[in-house]
Amino acid sequence: MNKENRKISLPNIIWQWEIILLFIFIMVVIINSNLSPYFLDYTNLMNTTFNFIEKAIIALPMMFVIICGDIDISVASIIALSSVFMGMASQAGVNTFGLVAIGLFAGSAAGFLNGFVITKFGIPAIAVTLGSMSLFRGIAYVILGDKAFTKYPIPFAYFGQGYIGNTMIPFELVLFLMLAIIFGIILHRTTIGRKVFAIGNNSTAARFSGIPVNRVRLIIFTVTGLCSGLASILLTSRIGSTRPNIASGWELEIITTVVLGGVAITGGKGNIFGVVISIFIIGFLKFGMGLINIPGKVMTIIIGLLLILAIMLPQLIERLKPKNSFGKVKK
Amino acid sequence: MRDLFRKREFSLFIFILFIVFGVSLRTPSFLYINNFVDILNDTAILSMVAIGQLIIIVTGGIDLSVGSSLALSGMSVALLNQYHPGIPIFVIILISIAIGLLLGSINGLLVSRAKIPPIITTLGTMSIYRGLVFVLCKGSWVSAHEMTETFRGFPRSSFLGISSLIWISILIVILFLIFLNLSRTGREIYGVGGNKIASQYVGINLKKIQYIVFTLGGGITGLAGFLWVARYAAAQSETAIGFEFQTIAACVIGGVSIAGGTGTIIGVVLGSFFMGIVYNALTMINVSPFWQMAIQGFIILFAIIINTVMDKRNQQLMLRKRSFNE
Repeated sequence: MNKENRKISLPNIIWQWEIILLFIFIMVVIINSNLSPYFLDYTNLMNTTFNFIEKAIIALPMMFVIICGDIDISVASIIALSSVFMGMASQAGVNTFGLVAIGLFAGSAAGFLNGFVITKFGIPAIAVTLGSMSLFRGIAYVILGDKAFTKYPIPFAYFGQGYIGNTMIPFELVLFLMLAIIFGIILHRTTIGRKVFAIGNNSTAARFSGIPVNRVRLIIFTVTGLCSGLASILLTSRIGSTRPNIASGWELEIITTVVLGGVAITGGKGNIFGVVISIFIIGFLKFGMGLINIPGKVMTIIIGLLLILAIMLPQLIERLKPKNSFGKVKK
Repeated sequence: MRDLFRKREFSLFIFILFIVFGVSLRTPSFLYINNFVDILNDTAILSMVAIGQLIIIVTGGIDLSVGSSLALSGMSVALLNQYHPGIPIFVIILISIAIGLLLGSINGLLVSRAKIPPIITTLGTMSIYRGLVFVLCKGSWVSAHEMTETFRGFPRSSFLGISSLIWISILIVILFLIFLNLSRTGREIYGVGGNKIASQYVGINLKKIQYIVFTLGGGITGLAGFLWVARYAAAQSETAIGFEFQTIAACVIGGVSIAGGTGTIIGVVLGSFFMGIVYNALTMINVSPFWQMAIQGFIILFAIIINTVMDKRNQQLMLRKRSFNE
């Protein structure tokens, strides 16, 4: 029954989904600009992207992970781990280039470890990354304790605080948009992307049709680690310090973003445009609520409601549709 | 006998004994009865909530909202106690359970009726419930001096030399042992987790089971909310943040398969106890508390790898046995 419904309207839903998201996005912008005169301000809008672009950079590979039918809840801990290693290196006098290399390497290594355990032993990703989430942040706590690293070279600050040339466009934002284009092309225009969808739809069938399922998953987890390392560089550079509780709770916010973007948590379905719009919906929504002095904890209620309602919406539409034509047949 | 050795619960038990032995060699005071009572008190709440998590995971779901539901029910009864100190303690307990049941049934309805995957549902309600805690208390604390003596003292009040906290957790363990193993619904819970489609063909009502497990899990969490704020004599908006991961960890260490279908109450209780022992042992042998998280993560990874490897070997043994018999 379910399958038949999907067959009829799957392209429909995807089409509608982005329209819905775009509609939500426009609503957010209209409501916010009515509530506060400071919302539709070029400088403000550009500067608020600093607050969510680091998460957005992880949301891109997370989309691949979830389309594969996996999940990674250790990404925020990887940020902490990379940041601590960069901090240690910085104390030892390593230059900016070295710090970036260390951040990226630490992230990739952590992601590789996740992917290795998941694919080698065939354990569900949520169980493994639950463990590594504690392990990675735990290592950060072991190294730092209640102290903080605050000494970073001056050029290092550019990554998280700099603008492109004399414009007001943040370096982070441009980096994110470039990555989004690259990830989008890989997902929708290359065989790698087709393999990812195939694995998410039916990993057994994918293996029998000659796709190296575990190798693809291992690469995706490593890239997720790499992007977490990159996000760690940007975040550390932006706030100029490292504490072991850095970026805590981000994993759930990132997963929320990806799911709101229309990626099915059961895998096999997703679209880059949905995720990118979803990133800006959540980012601008939070910015607007901040402008009218809504506390952060109350914002989480609205984000949570948005997540649940957004998932229910297409189902409600779906439920209304067949009732009109097939309602009696179904019963 | 060989079957016993192959059981996960047994190997976990041996592992716990091994740790106890190792630590007591270094610190003999670890073996004192008082210390074990401390460990039991520390793990009582964890094991209760982990049982709620178990019945949800067994059906193939997961509940990420337990930390927030616990905080919301705890904060509600703490505020109730602050503004209406006259309400008797058993009414408070019933209210905390009722709030938990309500929060759990919202999760259950969203999962069973609206068909939102459990992980998404509870990810959403986790934020919503946590935000509601903040709205309720407006960011301030309910601290010890604002609670009545009976409220604060309840978890510590002892009966037959054992605190009521431990009694309640024992009661819940027994109730759920009976429920899961002897009742029809209990067996259906395992059935759903083993194979969703097959279970529906034999006539199990999937929606009903999903609704029941989330509601029951919520009820336990609600009760735990009261016990938590009473025991620590403080309710704040950050109460039990990250607790959901600890309950999942206790399940995973106890041999519960995250894919659903397998897992026992005894395993989960041992898993919680194991975590409690490790924390206690670390403080006993003077390891900095900053090591706790890393060691917890290492143990979770270690436990699931061992579980999976042993599972595969058991399956191979069973296959070999069968082909030998034929």
